[in-house]
Amino acid sequence: MTAAIRRNGTPGDDPGKGPGDGAAHALETRVGADGRLTLALSGDWRVRHGLATTSAVDAVLDRDGSIRLVVCEDGGLRSWDSALVGYLLRVKDLCADRGIAFDTGNLPAGVARLMALARAVPVKEDAARGDTARSLPERLGQAVLDGWRELDQAVSFLGEIVLGLGRMMVGRARFRRVDFLMAVEDAGARGLPIITIVSLLVGLTVAFVGAIQLKQFGADIYVANLVGLAMTREMASLMTAIVLAGRTGAAYAAQLGTMQGNEEIDALSTIGISPIDFLVLPRVLALALMMPLLFVYSCFLGLLGGYIVGTSMLGLSGPAYVLQTQYALTMNDFWVGFVKSIVFGMLVAYAGAYRGMRAGRSAQAVGVAATSAVVTSIVLIIVVDALFAVMTNLLGI
Amino acid sequence: MSDPTRAEPRTAPRDSPRIEVDGLTMAFDDFVVQRDVSFQVPTGDIFVIMGASGCGKSTLLKHMIGLVEPAAGDILYDGKSFTAADAEGRAVMSRRFGVLFQSGALWSSMTLAENVSVPLSQYTRLTRDEIAELVSLKLALVGLAGFEDYYPSEISGGMRKRAGLARAIALDPDILFFDEPSAGLDPLSSRRLDDLILELRDSLGATVVIVSHELASIFAIADNSVFLDAESRTAIDGGDPKSLRDHSAHPAVREFLTRGEPRT
Repeated sequence: MTAAIRRNGTPGDDPGKGPGDGAAHALETRVGADGRLTLALSGDWRVRHGLATTSAVDAVLDRDGSIRLVVCEDGGLRSWDSALVGYLLRVKDLCADRGIAFDTGNLPAGVARLMALARAVPVKEDAARGDTARSLPERLGQAVLDGWRELDQAVSFLGEIVLGLGRMMVGRARFRRVDFLMAVEDAGARGLPIITIVSLLVGLTVAFVGAIQLKQFGADIYVANLVGLAMTREMASLMTAIVLAGRTGAAYAAQLGTMQGNEEIDALSTIGISPIDFLVLPRVLALALMMPLLFVYSCFLGLLGGYIVGTSMLGLSGPAYVLQTQYALTMNDFWVGFVKSIVFGMLVAYAGAYRGMRAGRSAQAVGVAATSAVVTSIVLIIVVDALFAVMTNLLGI
Repeated sequence: MSDPTRAEPRTAPRDSPRIEVDGLTMAFDDFVVQRDVSFQVPTGDIFVIMGASGCGKSTLLKHMIGLVEPAAGDILYDGKSFTAADAEGRAVMSRRFGVLFQSGALWSSMTLAENVSVPLSQYTRLTRDEIAELVSLKLALVGLAGFEDYYPSEISGGMRKRAGLARAIALDPDILFFDEPSAGLDPLSSRRLDDLILELRDSLGATVVIVSHELASIFAIADNSVFLDAESRTAIDGGDPKSLRDHSAHPAVREFLTRGEPRT
């Protein structure tokens, strides 16, 4: 009956080892005279011992074309898990390709049941998706279209906010006062410590850099002009805006993004409350209100930084420094920075809210939204700052 | 060559309890959720933790898998204390657990295949192709063959749950924990999930612990149960749910199991 006997172990299986030393799985193939191949399985067919290859069975089937039936046999199977099920499924496929019948024989009933379960639902063919390589023009075109759609959405969102502001003016926008006050507190009072540090240090730095140059031709006192102009026109509004973009804008994006993921925003829409009015307006208003106040605070600290350098390092007298600052600055310089800070505040809130409301519904999407909120804010701030520089120059302010 | 994660063959004697909960008291600070809960789960049983919403069913499950520390009492697996074990010992024991969380808890930044492959690449030395094969097998077992490259956000809630199950059985666990497997599923999907749980228990020989208040599902699959009472804050009864429904000494248990409707 037994025409050929062949032993096959795993690659790491040392033949010298007895069956009890954790030598993994073993397979014996017997070809019967009636075209029947018996696979006697023994040992531990466990995932932790690695998966078996079907090459031995494949070789036997290749050699002997008369085999019509493959039957498994429990030849001392100690334990098994998915490794055995996976192996037998591959053998079964091998047999199916050659039109050979397959039977699990006297293996534990669970093996056959799991094999049946794995094949109970056919593979969803159209579900698999490959990476289709796309040509450069196609990718470029797609990028342009995506960019256009992005711009379209961003402008629509801006329009929605403006409409919301309009509704608020006529008293029809609905949001909770407490939300607004919390946004004010978070953006304003809680932002003071970091604004203090950043502004004071910027004032100090500008004064230091200026002092080194101005000292060379004895114009030390003009440090006051430099610090005063730099802080009021540019640095104070720019630095507060960038700090708030990282601090508050990112937080807005993360909050709204998480709400989006929890379907909280859908819930608002279904009960007829505009998410723009309810969630975005209080935040935009809070930042538009707090940013100018922070700007004034930042200006003061920047000037203080300059004063410290001027009086301690350059030996200027305190009253002379203050007088020189008064002489150098006009109210126009202050208003330029003040107006800019209102605009920057709205930009930061807009970018944060936009990225948050457009966030995907996963944990990763919230992170992406927060990051892109900061990037978008800073880019917008720099661009708008440049526009202001050109306009004030043209208008001679 | 003893491997503590796989010390027992699958044909462990049925009479030795796989899980013992001994005098467990669960509390958050001063608030006691349940007091002095004790029960045993025999190997190969499907065991249901029942009770009204908010009575501490899910909290009990979290204690059993080590996410929350008990205020008092002990939990033993195969006679070894889980509560007293150090971090190392717990890690070894919990490698035998498979847990399906209420909403699947799939990692949203990974595809289904990547989700299922994480435990495999963490705890086995299989090659990438071997892992891919096992991942496909697990997904096929839960009826999701072909969905390897989908992200959790792209599939339905029922499919997410099944994908979570595929991840839970990735390492062929001895003990499966399910937190409200039928919550949020339609009756047919819920029934299919029950069948799948039964099938996996029968073929893998795993012990299954389920938190549930779905009566249909409880009667269909449970061998054994414990009832946590929200009023008295302790386990007041346990046993085969069908006989509890008819013969429990506690009116609260009978009422729960008959939905408060008079039995005809």
